[in-house]
Amino acid sequence: MTRSAQYEILHDTHYRYSAPVSLAQQLAHLWPRECAWQICHGQALQVSPPPCQRIERQDVFGNPLTRMVFERPHDSLSVLARLHIEVLPRPVVHQQASPPWEQARAVLGYSGQPFAGEALNALRYRFESPYVHLKQRFADYAADCFPPDRPLLIGVQALMEKIFSEFTFDAVATQVATPLIEVLEARRGVCQDFAHLMLACLRSIGLAARYVSGYLLTQPPPGQARLIGADASHAWVSVFCPKHGWVDFDPTNNVCPGLEHITLAWGRDFADVSPLHGVILGGGNHDPEVQVTVMPISAASESLAAL
Amino acid sequence: MADLLADYPRSAGTYHELLDSKGRVREHWQRLYQQLQRSTPAQIQQRQALVSRQIQENGVTYNVYADPEGADRPWELDLLPNLIPANEWQQIAAGVAQRATLLNQVLADIYGPQELIAEGLLPAELIFGHNNYLWACQGIKPPGGTFLHFYAVDLARAPDGRWWVTADRTQAPSGAGYALENRQIISKAWPDLYRDLHVQYLASFFRNLQDTLAREAPAQDETPLVVLLTPGRFNESYFEHVYLARQLGYPLVEGSDLTVREATVYLKTLAGLRRVHAVLRRLDDDFCDPLELRTDSELGVPGLLEAVRQGRVLVANALGSGVLESPGLPGFLPAISEKLLGEPLLLPSIASWWCGEPPVLEEALEKMPSLVLRSCFPSQKFTPVLPGELDATKRAELMARLKARPYVYVAHELAQLSQAPVWEEETANLQARPIGMRVFAVASADGYRIMPGGLTRVAADADAEVVSMQRGGTSKDTWVLGARVAGNEPWQGVRPVGTADLVRSDPFLPSRVVENLYWFGRYSARCEDSARLLRIMLGRYVDDDAPQALDAALCLGERLGLLPAEDDDLVSLEQRLFEALLGADWPASLQANLQRLIWTAGSVRGKLSQANWQALLELQREAQELQKPNGDVGESLDFLEGLLMSLAALSGFALDDMTRDDGWRFLIIGRAIERLQFMAESISGFLRHAAAQDQSALEWLLELGNSSITYRTRYLAFAQLIPVLDLLLLDEQNPHAVIFQLRNLLRSLDYLGERFDYSDDGALVTLERQLSSFKLSSLENVLFGASSIEAVLDGLAGLLDDIALAAGQASDNLGLRFFVHVDASKRTLST
Repeated sequence: MTRSAQYEILHDTHYRYSAPVSLAQQLAHLWPRECAWQICHGQALQVSPPPCQRIERQDVFGNPLTRMVFERPHDSLSVLARLHIEVLPRPVVHQQASPPWEQARAVLGYSGQPFAGEALNALRYRFESPYVHLKQRFADYAADCFPPDRPLLIGVQALMEKIFSEFTFDAVATQVATPLIEVLEARRGVCQDFAHLMLACLRSIGLAARYVSGYLLTQPPPGQARLIGADASHAWVSVFCPKHGWVDFDPTNNVCPGLEHITLAWGRDFADVSPLHGVILGGGNHDPEVQVTVMPISAASESLAAL
Repeated sequence: MADLLADYPRSAGTYHELLDSKGRVREHWQRLYQQLQRSTPAQIQQRQALVSRQIQENGVTYNVYADPEGADRPWELDLLPNLIPANEWQQIAAGVAQRATLLNQVLADIYGPQELIAEGLLPAELIFGHNNYLWACQGIKPPGGTFLHFYAVDLARAPDGRWWVTADRTQAPSGAGYALENRQIISKAWPDLYRDLHVQYLASFFRNLQDTLAREAPAQDETPLVVLLTPGRFNESYFEHVYLARQLGYPLVEGSDLTVREATVYLKTLAGLRRVHAVLRRLDDDFCDPLELRTDSELGVPGLLEAVRQGRVLVANALGSGVLESPGLPGFLPAISEKLLGEPLLLPSIASWWCGEPPVLEEALEKMPSLVLRSCFPSQKFTPVLPGELDATKRAELMARLKARPYVYVAHELAQLSQAPVWEEETANLQARPIGMRVFAVASADGYRIMPGGLTRVAADADAEVVSMQRGGTSKDTWVLGARVAGNEPWQGVRPVGTADLVRSDPFLPSRVVENLYWFGRYSARCEDSARLLRIMLGRYVDDDAPQALDAALCLGERLGLLPAEDDDLVSLEQRLFEALLGADWPASLQANLQRLIWTAGSVRGKLSQANWQALLELQREAQELQKPNGDVGESLDFLEGLLMSLAALSGFALDDMTRDDGWRFLIIGRAIERLQFMAESISGFLRHAAAQDQSALEWLLELGNSSITYRTRYLAFAQLIPVLDLLLLDEQNPHAVIFQLRNLLRSLDYLGERFDYSDDGALVTLERQLSSFKLSSLENVLFGASSIEAVLDGLAGLLDDIALAAGQASDNLGLRFFVHVDASKRTLST
């Protein structure tokens, strides 16, 4: 049996405003949702200045959501998230055994028949969302990955490989608001762009797919120590298979997420699960500084993760 | 009059509102028809003129985006109402009420358990694929279970006389205000007809709306404050927002006027925050909260959704209700009606084929040449097309698009429109035009109530297939005939108010409106001042007999920044003068300031009286005239003459016609600050110029201070320095004198001090003392000769400069104290 993996995760966000902020509302998706392959051993969220109001609830997609309101003037904000997560091995998926992709599509289409269970839930991930507009261009891009009758997951795997091999990871080529069609043309972007692009391709051909936000374990260069803040939040996709349920694919790394991917939240796209977004009054310039560190914890050092 | 129906088309395949199938005037039209027959063309002409005048006076406009004619365009209203007999209306009303009830239940389901989708009665594609389905609103239960407080439906009448639904308006239906406006105009145009035909009043409808919002607003023991939320003046139906807000007695607010604290909505007023209990919105669903909905929206209220979620505010219609406007939906309503209401749908929708279901798509493709194809989702930016009219290439493209994502499209039959008579002025005759009717429903304690009447929309062309206000059509009043219902008096727009409710000033005046009133005051004074200085410069330029006076005037124009300096493009003096008058690139030109004035006027429209607004419309027309340069100095002088008259009228309205509330106070302060700065700077500049003692220069200085006549009646003599300075500086009875404006401003600042605990830095008080104690007699001291007089004038100019500076500082202080929180919100995002 494969062993599980444990991590301590630091996700720090700092805003230093050039002018005082008199009123601010922030929504945070920084706490992990419950899922079958993860155990959360500890979590903490330190916020400074302390919010006047802090509400914890679940959003409509089942993710923990922290709402914070700041009604006193402040010129900086820091949100420090600490997680201790154990990731369990997921069952192996036999991609060849998945149904033909056309069948997966047909299951989700309207025919006047009732829906139930996970298929009903999957319906919400089939359409346009704020960052994922559907266009024929995306369907065309995906077309050679989905020849007639190909098993769904084989097709998705091919699409993931295609994006991975044809696109270059480039941290400066895009911004959050860069339209997907530009990403497709430039063939450059970051994990978020690749996840959005893959979603657009899958949904444009009628499949249901969701955006997963989380973290990824990275390896420091050989012989060097792990640097605090060297990591970043990560994103990948999950596609709905009528037979296997939701299956994850990471187009940035061309892998099916396993023990090195830590799941935080999922939604239709980044807009539903962005780690921290808000509206402020005042503030002047306000580029955030974000530091993410993912540290593996060996059983021996587990006590270090005291939170 | 001759046969009115001589040229009236009697086409067979169409329902005629006026004529029966045998071409006879229908029973319920007889009374109106006979009146028309009895009238002379001149009499009808008179009524028509009344209607036109009324429309113009009310400034009824309908903004059409990107209209080259400008944002404001007169709204057309036909002289003849459309008539509907009582029994026929009852069927329409029952059908509309049932449909509203049904749609409300559909909203409750899709934002609740979503059983309709699970059971296969409603395609998920149409709901989840629609950008106005707001996931963030899922699970919210509005007060009283009412999602749809206000509903409108577009109807068209088929040849067999039945009414069919062509569209549902569930988000923030427009048109009810126009319907009321039309009624108020047309009932005056035909007072006797209106009485004799027992036309049903519209009053109860608006009262129901007020009652429903007051009842369902979470106000506990407080008197509920309801506001009307508008996207602002660039919205196509902004006029209606202003009009409805006034009729309903609700403050008209924009998103930035509201703020959310501790999940409670507040209105920002000068006196502080006022709790808002209900929001009647005219803002689209996804724009309402930039925190949780469309994050790129600057129109909404951050945190509004959380206030709704916690039951602290009522938003009507419920956020997310726009999803039901999808044209793909009506085809599923008959089955849903059976399921949810257990009864058949009374009002049929025009036949449609939603392409998301493969067999239906096949059928639609077969029938396609005779159908209209449109998108189910507003985010698709797809203009409805008639595939039958496309050439082969275009059609193939369309079919490929359709097959790629069929669920996006719906095909439906063309609505068949009935024809109603319109009065055609040129031929003094009746003509037939296709019409559609928008009918309104409002939730009440016992089900939906229907407005007995509605907005009848008339197509511009006799053979039009689509009726839309944005395509240059007109509108009609809709008269539902029959016995009047007791207690249903004409709409007065007021509820009984006792002495305990008396209010002396608007307690809900948004700070933003006050800030705009302040700038309205400043710009109106600035335009007046610039126009006067331009008139002086142009006048002296034409006359050419007092070069020294012209030189002094030009010098002042440059000093004040009105007259641009000579450069490569502006070689001659004449070019520079015209640039100062109408230069689009010259920020201080009169034209630019007029535009600013009109812009701010537009944003305080709700605070201006109709007559005041009328004066502004006139001003706008003049400004548009000015935009067509003809390079004629004489005509420009004429224009300035007319403009000064209009601006004088505007200041007259400010003094006589406005309630002296806080908004007015700021308008007056704006005028005073602007005038004070201008006069102080002008006289200072004048005194520093070599021509200060020149008689013809002094003449224009009097003209600049609008004091020539006073001077002449007092002194019956040519202008001389000492009396001119007395009149323009120290005469506390002359409204153009520096001391007058200075004291005026100080009084207003004192008032603000008492009312809002506001304190200025006191600089102006000191300067007022200095100016008051200035002795003109020091200019008579010939003992020390000309150099001493020059020194005195220099000192005076310095004092005036200080006053101008302190006035500017006072303006900044006001801004810091009262308008800082008018600042817009910004979004932040991190990964």
